[in-house]
Amino acid sequence: MKDNIFAAVGRTFLEAVGFMGSVAIFLFEGLVQTFASAKIFPRSLRQIYVIGHKSLFLILLISLFCGMVLGLQGYYTLIKFGSVGFLGAVVSLSLIRELGPVLTAIMLTGRAGSSMTAEIGVMRITDQIDALDVMDINSMSYLVSPRLAASLVSFPLLTAVFDVVGIVGGYLTGVAMLNMNQGAYFYRISSSVSMDDIVCGFVKAVVFGLLVTTVCCHQGYYTHRRRDSVGPEAVGNATTSGVVISCVLILASDYVLTSIFL
Amino acid sequence: MASWDIRFDRLQAGYGERRVLTDVNGVLPGGAVSVILGGSGCGKSTLLRQIIGLSKPMGGSIVIGGQDISTMDRKAFRRLRRHMGVLFQDGALLGALTLGENAVLPLSEHLSLPKDLLRREALRVLSMVGLAEFIDYYPNELSGGMRKRAGLARAIVAEPRILLCDEPTSGLDPITAARMDDLLLSMHRHYPDMTIVVVSHDLDSLERIAGHVLVLRDGVSSFCGKLEELRKADDPYLRQFLRRDAGEVNDCGAQAMDGTVAASLKRWLES
Repeated sequence: MKDNIFAAVGRTFLEAVGFMGSVAIFLFEGLVQTFASAKIFPRSLRQIYVIGHKSLFLILLISLFCGMVLGLQGYYTLIKFGSVGFLGAVVSLSLIRELGPVLTAIMLTGRAGSSMTAEIGVMRITDQIDALDVMDINSMSYLVSPRLAASLVSFPLLTAVFDVVGIVGGYLTGVAMLNMNQGAYFYRISSSVSMDDIVCGFVKAVVFGLLVTTVCCHQGYYTHRRRDSVGPEAVGNATTSGVVISCVLILASDYVLTSIFL
Repeated sequence: MASWDIRFDRLQAGYGERRVLTDVNGVLPGGAVSVILGGSGCGKSTLLRQIIGLSKPMGGSIVIGGQDISTMDRKAFRRLRRHMGVLFQDGALLGALTLGENAVLPLSEHLSLPKDLLRREALRVLSMVGLAEFIDYYPNELSGGMRKRAGLARAIVAEPRILLCDEPTSGLDPITAARMDDLLLSMHRHYPDMTIVVVSHDLDSLERIAGHVLVLRDGVSSFCGKLEELRKADDPYLRQFLRRDAGEVNDCGAQAMDGTVAASLKRWLES
C-alpha cells in the first residue's frame, strides 16, 4: 500500500515536472518562431483583433462593475476610520497593482484562451496541423507565434483599459453617487500611484499573457496526446484543462510577482 | 533523381510501445498508380504516416527516390517532402481560409508571389478538380466530396513527384467515389511521371485505378505486385478479400431480452 502511495505521488510529481518542461520548451519554440517568421506581422494583427478587439466590450463591462464595487466597499470601510478621502488611492492602487492585470488575464483566459485551445485542438484532430507539417509550413510559426505576439500587445493594453475604466467606476460610486469630493478622489490617485505601480501592473500583464497563451495553445496543440480521451471529447477536456491551468498559474505567478515588486 | 519509387524493407512501425506494422516489404514503382490495400486496422494509414514522415520507423527502412528516409536528417527530409503532395482523409483544409487560399497555401507560404497570380493558380487547380466556382467558399460550406477534391487540388498545386491519398473515396456515394477515381486517373494522365499512392479498402477503386498493389494484413505485407498478379494469387486471404467473402461467421448467439427490460421497453414504446 505504502509503495502504491509513493508510486502515485512520484508519478504525479514526474508528470507535473514533465508538463512544465513541455510548456517551457513550447514557449521557447513559439518565441523563437515569433522572431524568425517573416509573416508574423499580418498574422499577429488578426490575432490582436481576435484576442484584443473582440474582448474589449467584456473588459469594459467587467472593469466598470469592478471599479464600482471597489468604490462602494472602499467608501463604507474608509468612512468608519474617517479616511474617505483615500478612496481614490484604494481604488487606483488595487486596480493598477492587482485587480487590473489579474482579472483581465482571467477574463481573457475564458474569452480568448479557451477559443485558442479549441481551435488548435480541432485542427489537430482533423489532421490540419499534420497537413501544415507536410506542406513544410512550420505549425508553431503559423499557429502559436502570432498568438504569443498578439498577447504581448493585447494583454497590457486591455489591462490599461481595465485600470482606467475601473477608476471611472470607482468615481461613479464614490463621487457621483455618494457625494465624495471630486478633487480629493483624483488628488489621492495622482499622489499615491507611482511609476513603479504602473510598471508592476504591466509586467504582470505581459507575464500573464505569455502564460495564458502558452498553456492554452499547448493544450490544443497536444490534444492528440491526451490519455483521458480522444477526438472531440479530447478537445473539450483540453479546453477545460487550458482554462483551469491558466487560472491557477495566473494566481500563483501573481503571488510571486507581487512579492518581487513589493 | 531518376525514379520516385518507394521501397519498404522489413519496415516496423507503431505508436508508443504498440507495433502496428511488423514486417512490410515491397516497392511502389515510380510513375505508377499504386494502391495500399487492406482491412480496417491493418496499418494502412500508419504506413502512409511513415512515408510522409509524421512518425519514425521502429525498424527497417523506407527508401524514397533512392534516399533512405529513416536515416535522413530532419532538414534533408523536409527538402525531400517538398516533392510530396498529400490528400488527407477529410481533405484537412484550414477552416479559417477560403478554398482558393487553401489551394495555394504551399505557394503563398513559401514563395513571394503577387495576390492576383496566386488567385490565378488557385483557379487553375480548382478547375482541374471542378471547383473553380467555389473559390471564395469556406470549407464548412462544402460537402465531404468537395472538400476531398479541394484537398486534392492543394496536394497537386506544387506539382509534386509523389501524390499520396488517404482513403480518397471513403464516405462518398458510389457516383462521387467513381468521380474521385476518374480524377486520380486524370491526374495520372496529366502528370505521367508522378508516383500516385492511394490508401484504400475500396475494391471498386482498386479495379478502376490500380496499376500496382501492396496488400497489408495484420501489419505484414502479404502481397506486392501488379493488379493482374493479385487477381491470380492463390493466397486464401487475398482471394477472400477480393471476393468480399466474410468467411466463417460465428453465430451472433441471440438471446431473449430480460423480461423486465422487455416490459419496460414495451411500455415506453406504447407511451
